[in-house]
This record gives sequence, structure tokens and C-alpha cells, in this order.
Amino acid sequence: MNNSILVVVLASAVLYGTPLLFAALGELLAERSGVLNLGVEGMMLVGAVMGFWAVQRTSSLALALVVAAIAGGAMALIHAFLVVTLRANQIVSGLALTIFAGAAGLSSYLGNDLNLADQPAKRIFHSVLPKSLRDLPVIGPILFNQSLLVYGSWVVVIVVVLYLRRTRPGLNVRAVGESPAAADAMGINVTVYRYVHTVVGGALAGIGGACFSLSITPQWVDGLTSGAGWIAIALVIFAFWRPGLVLIGAYFFGAFSALPYTLQAHGVTIAPELLQSLPYVMTVLALVLVSSAGAKRRLGAPAALGLPYVREER
Amino acid sequence: MGQQTQAVDLSERRGAGGAPPAVSLRGITKRFPAVLANDAVDFEAAPGEVHALLGENGAGKSTLSNILTGLYRPDEGEIWLYGERVDFHSPRDAIDAGVAMVHQHFRLVVPFTVAENVVLGDHRREGSSFLVHQRAIERRVGELSKRYGMHVDPRARIWQLSLGEQQRVEILKALYHEAKILILDEPTAVLTPQESEVLFATLRSMAAEGRTVIFISHKLHEVKAVADRVTVLRGGKAIATTTMADATPRSLAALMVGREVDITRRREHGGEIGAAALELDELRAVGDRGGEALKGVALSVRTGEIVAVAGVAGNGQRELAETVTGMRPMTGGEVRVHGRPLRGGDAREAIGAGIAHVPEDRLGTGVAPSLSIGSNVVLKSYRRYPIARGPLLRLRAIRDHAADLIKRYDVRTSGPNAPARQLSGGNLQKVVLAREFSGNPRVLVVAAPTRGLDVAAIETVHAYLRDAAAAGVAVLLISEDLDEILALADRVAVMFDGEIVGEVDAETATVEEIGLLMAGVRERTP
Ligand SMILES: Nc1ncnc2c1ncn2[C@@H]1O[C@H](COP(=O)(O)OP(=O)(O)OP(=O)(O)O)[C@@H](O)[C@H]1O
Ligand SMILES: [Mg+2]
Repeated sequence: MNNSILVVVLASAVLYGTPLLFAALGELLAERSGVLNLGVEGMMLVGAVMGFWAVQRTSSLALALVVAAIAGGAMALIHAFLVVTLRANQIVSGLALTIFAGAAGLSSYLGNDLNLADQPAKRIFHSVLPKSLRDLPVIGPILFNQSLLVYGSWVVVIVVVLYLRRTRPGLNVRAVGESPAAADAMGINVTVYRYVHTVVGGALAGIGGACFSLSITPQWVDGLTSGAGWIAIALVIFAFWRPGLVLIGAYFFGAFSALPYTLQAHGVTIAPELLQSLPYVMTVLALVLVSSAGAKRRLGAPAALGLPYVREER
Repeated sequence: MGQQTQAVDLSERRGAGGAPPAVSLRGITKRFPAVLANDAVDFEAAPGEVHALLGENGAGKSTLSNILTGLYRPDEGEIWLYGERVDFHSPRDAIDAGVAMVHQHFRLVVPFTVAENVVLGDHRREGSSFLVHQRAIERRVGELSKRYGMHVDPRARIWQLSLGEQQRVEILKALYHEAKILILDEPTAVLTPQESEVLFATLRSMAAEGRTVIFISHKLHEVKAVADRVTVLRGGKAIATTTMADATPRSLAALMVGREVDITRRREHGGEIGAAALELDELRAVGDRGGEALKGVALSVRTGEIVAVAGVAGNGQRELAETVTGMRPMTGGEVRVHGRPLRGGDAREAIGAGIAHVPEDRLGTGVAPSLSIGSNVVLKSYRRYPIARGPLLRLRAIRDHAADLIKRYDVRTSGPNAPARQLSGGNLQKVVLAREFSGNPRVLVVAAPTRGLDVAAIETVHAYLRDAAAAGVAVLLISEDLDEILALADRVAVMFDGEIVGEVDAETATVEEIGLLMAGVRERTP
């Protein structure tokens, strides 16, 4: 029963959804502060390569995650500097970062320069729970045969939900994303909030990237995230900027990403290109949706998303 | 020189050994690119007084207030509060020093609740704990609103509130943060006369508690009613401070503008009233939040006539203007211009039929704020010669046209290439009027044309409207300002809950009569 197609698909939906979940939560934090970060894909790729490098050097998965987070966060810091301090166009800056860091860019340079290609990972994330749990019918393989990355992502979801809903900094960051002028007049430091949330968001994207190189793939291949960053951005929109819905959406998209492989393994023949393209089609749709200001409003986007705030300008 | 006498005045007022002034601004100068917004301004306000700040559009009132609340850094000058020098690096410093401001454009987080808005940024009480205790802050804000008699549901979200209620939230914010000095930037521009009365009572009681209230307004009779003293700014300079007892609306207007102005007196426009130009027949439309906003409006305006639509904001006036000008689809009824029915819901069709529109939301709907003044004045004529030739725009013609309008309408700006958002309210309105009039309209729909404008600008705008009527244009004036309506209109239609509930002759109508209709007390069937 635990080998039935449905269970296998759901289990891999969780696996493949996890990097999306990390990255989308990060993007959500940045967007809630009013910063649109289209550099997620680049940050994931850099996180993936640096995380893999760290695990090869130190054999420590914990350190690898820290390095991946720092790498993603550092790139996000560049984005924050460009768009918050220099007030560059957020779309341009994000795209530039993804192009700069993406496949055939910084991440492949690092991977090749550090000779990471074709190496087996020294350590990877394994299932952690006892066999008795993992063998439970249906939910065993789906929920309990997973690695710490998955459980960690759940913790992050809960933390983000509580943070935004129940804490004062959470209230403040929502105010900054909705109306920086109002927040500023009440003594909330718009710049600091935007920097912090963009950088933390980038760090989460870095960890999301490391999910590929330390658990899914698990090795370093050029461009291994294959567009997960874009899907994460679309996910935030589909989830109406709510972390709880991001969780569901991540597994939904995760299922689509995993489907071609699992079906193939089970000898089902549907043109894999068809299924593989689905998440991207949805992504394009979502991005088209939010590029219209009116739709953005209705969907619940932070009102100041994408807009720089300058105190002495009107 | 003028400042010398002012200083003497104040020390006399305080008496020997009296308390220092609550606020003392000394030599405040603030430059923006291309404008000197404040020029060595000296200003003092005592504890327990309501001090009015008057001045033309662009005189620098908002800038001065923003400096006092830490939003802008002065280029020169000092701020002293209660005899101590302070240096504000951010609004947080000003809030902690007890200064709060109700901004001209409210600074509220629209999706948040009232309570959340009130405690936002608090770092001393309920709002300061790491966790937000929704119940506690709602209770606290509820108590506060009860204590000051400012009723607003702490759990309501801002977008559900009327502008008057939103303003109460802003004042509650100030009270919550225990502001000792409260600045209100044109607070009555969005209020009905009754709401203004309530506000004045609140301000007086706040002053009676020893707080200092700085009150900015263009309405001289309000200043006269509520303020103890008044300081007049002109061109960025503080030119006089007087006690209210020594001032009359006329003398204040003269100080503001620097010349005698003729304040609110009915004047005939002398337009020849002709055939019906704009006819509305059982007009229906849906509002923004669903629900019928227009429930069968019937109205006609003849050529050379000014018909005013009076009413408390939110009774369908905005929807009426938008439906007539094609910005909102109609769900029933008909709009006819000189007998020809419009399809409706098509702004270009309305423009083609000769309907010009001066919307109430100047910055949002009236102009494209980031475009230059030149581009803004050709927004409705860019398809025709001489502005365009075929698909191409003739930039020289645009610039000349804009320069000509700037001169004719006396728009104060650095030139046709300046972005529209940099203009002050009055000058912005002149640009919109210039554009609409230059298209030679047959019907002119104007909404709140003088909201937030100073007396001189009001005079200009009113003159334009009278000229339009005299030239045979049918003018539909939508306004909440009864003084304005009585000064301009030939006929007054009163709107309540999406319907016209009565029509009166402006010549003989009284404010009371119109006020009753505005409150929904229906006329006997005409
Ligand atoms: N942020 C800004 N950037 C550039 N110029 C500005 C800015 N704020 C104000 N100004 C200019 O400074 C001058 C003073 O503006 P301010 O808003 O203080 O006038 P005001 O007295 O409040 O006028 P109003 O009655 O129209 O509100 C104006 O010429 C205005 O165009
Ligand atoms: Mg102002």
C-alpha cells in the first residue's frame, strides 16, 4: 500500500515542495516589507553550491546550511542596498541578480572552480524518525519518512505565521509594506525593516537551494534548481501573501515537479514535458496577474510592494 | 522687523517669569530642489493655546509642521520645546518628546484595525511587548475613545471608516502617545460642518488640559472660531503673529495674500440660461463595494447655468460625477448631452461629447503625478492637431501650449517640465482647470474644486467657473462646502443615499434648509 502511486507522489511532493517552501517564505517576508525580490532563483543557486561546498569541506550538514543561508543572505543584502538605499528599480535589480548568479553565472563559476561537479555528497539529509513511524500506512512515507529539512521547514512556517500575526515586529513589518509613510510617521524605521526582511528572506532562499544539493539531487549540478526560485515567487502570489497557504501551495507545486519522475519510475507514460511545464505555466500566469496593479490590490498584495520610500519626497 | 514685535508680544503675554513657550521654532529654513519652502521662520506657541497657522497654498505650512514632527530635517534653525533645545533625527524622537501630527493626507495603515493603528510604533505600553495582545490594545483604545468622546470601533478596519472617523483615529493616536503638542494639517478639509464643530470642541478641551494645538486651515471663519492666536506664513516667511481678538477674516486674508481679497460673497456670473445641455434620467450605478450608489438620479443642467449637488460625502456624489463622465459604467437610466444619449462607461466618448471633468481626487485622477505639467495639460488633446500630427506628438507645440496655459492661469511652477506632483494643491487645481477649459467643453463636471485651496486660489477658481457659465457652459458643481455652493450656484440639488431628495433655488435658499435635506429630511413633494 505504501508503494501505491498516490503515496509515492505525495511523499515526493513533500520532498520537492520543501525548497519551494523555504524560498517562498523568504520571499513572503521580503514582500511583506514592500521589497519584491526577483533574485530568489539566483540566491537559491548560490546557496546550493555554497552549501554543497561546505559539506564537502567540513562534513557538517549544520554548517552547510549556515553557509548556504549566509550566501543567500549576502546576495539579498546587495539587493537591499540597491533597492532600499539606492532606490533602484526592484524588478531590474532582482533580475540582474538572478542573471548574475544563475546558471552560467556566479553559481556555475563557483561550482566549477571549486571542482564540485560529479562528486558524491559526503553527507546528505536522511530520514530521521524511527522505522515504526515510517512504516505507518500512508502517512508514514508521506510525513514521517522525511529529513530534518522538512521538519525544519514546518517550524519556519509556524514561526513566520506567529511572527506576522502576533508579534510587534510582525505588525510593524506589515505596516511598512502597506504604508511606509504611516509607519515612518509612527517612528518605525522603514529602512531597517526592509533590509532585515530582505536579507532573512535571502537566507531562507539560500537554505532552499541547499535542499537540492544536500537532499533532493543530492550533489552539485549546474542550474540544479531549474527554476524553483521563480515558482517560489509565483507561490507567494497564489498564497495571497499568507504563510499558511504557502505551505499548501509548495506541496502542490512540489507534486507537479515530482510527478514526471515518479510516473516514469512506475512505468506510466505521459509526455513528461507536459507535466514538467505545468508549474512554469502557472508561474507565468501568476506573474502576469500581479503585474496589473488592480489585480494586486484585490489579491491582497502589500500596498507598497515594489515602491521605494523616500521620506522627503512627495 | 515684524519678528521683533512678535517676540515682544510673546514675552508680554507670558508675563515676567512665566513658563517658557511649549514650542519655539527659531530661524527654521528648509530648501527643496528649486524651492525655499521655509525661510528663517520664527514661531512660538504657548501651552494651553490653540494656535492657527495660516498661509496660501505653498506658503510652507506643511513643511514647517513636518519639521516639528521630525519628518523633515531643517537646513538651518533650532527647535525648542518647553525651554529646552531638541534635535529630532526621526519621527520617533518627536513622538517621545510629545509632538504628534494629523497629516494633511492621513498616515494610516488601511488594512489594519483602528486599535492596531493607534498602538503602531508604541514602545512604552501595550504595543511595546514583543507579543501583540489584540484584546488588551482594543480595550485600551476603546477606553481612550470613550474618555475623549471620540466614537470609533477599535476593531473596525480603516477602509471601513469614513474620512471623519479616520481623522478621529489619527487624533486618538496622538492622545494615546500622550502628545502634549498636537498639529493638525487642514483637518476640516474632509469634514462636514457638523463634524468640524465636534472637532473644534475636542481641540478646545485638549487645550484646556494644557496641551498645545497647532491648527492649519484655509477657512478663516474656522480659525476665528477656534484659535487663540494666529501666525501667518507667506512665501515661506512668517510675516505676522496676532491674537484672534485683533483679527478679522478680512484682515487675515489680506495678510495671507498680501493684498485685499473678496471673501465669499455671492456674485452673479451673468450667463445666459438656455436649453438643457446635460440631462440625467433615472441614472443608476453600482458603488465600489457593490451595492447601488446611484438609485435613479434625475437632474438637468442648462447652458450657462451652474447647478450644485450638495450632500454629505459618501451619498453617491463621487459615483455621480464618475458615471456622467464615463469613468463608471451605468447600470440603468440615461445621460444625454444636448439631447444625444451616451452609451456610458467610456471616458473618451464623454470627452468627445464635450464633457469636461475636474475630479475631486486631483492627484490620483486629475493628473498623472509623475508626468510633466506639459504632458498633463495635453492628456485629453494629444490625438489632435496641433498637439499631434498623425501618430507623432509635436513636442514644441506641447511645450508652447503648456507655457501659455501656465502664464494664463498663473500656475506657480519652475516650468512646463516640472512633474505635476511637485505642485501645491492650488496650483495643481489650476493645471487641471486649464486643461479642461482649453478643450472648449460644453458641459463641465467639477467636484470639490476648492478643497484645500487658499482664499486667493478659491477666488481664482470661482472666477473661472463663473466665466465658464457666462460663456454658455453647463456647469455641474459637486461640493460639500455650502458657502461655495451658495456663492456660485443658480440651483442646488441635494443628494442623499444615492438620490436627489430636493432642489432649491440658490438665491433664496438658506443653509438650514439645505442642511436638513442633506440629513435626509425630505421635502414635501414638489
Ligand atoms: N517633498 C518636497 N519636495 C519638493 N518640494 C516640496 C516638497 N514639499 C513641499 N515642497 C514645496 O515647498 C513649498 C511649500 O510646500 P508646503 O506643502 O509646505 O505648503 P503648504 O503651505 O502646506 O501648502 P498647502 O496649503 O497647499 O498644503 C511648495 O512650493 C512645495 O511645492
Ligand atoms: Mg499643506
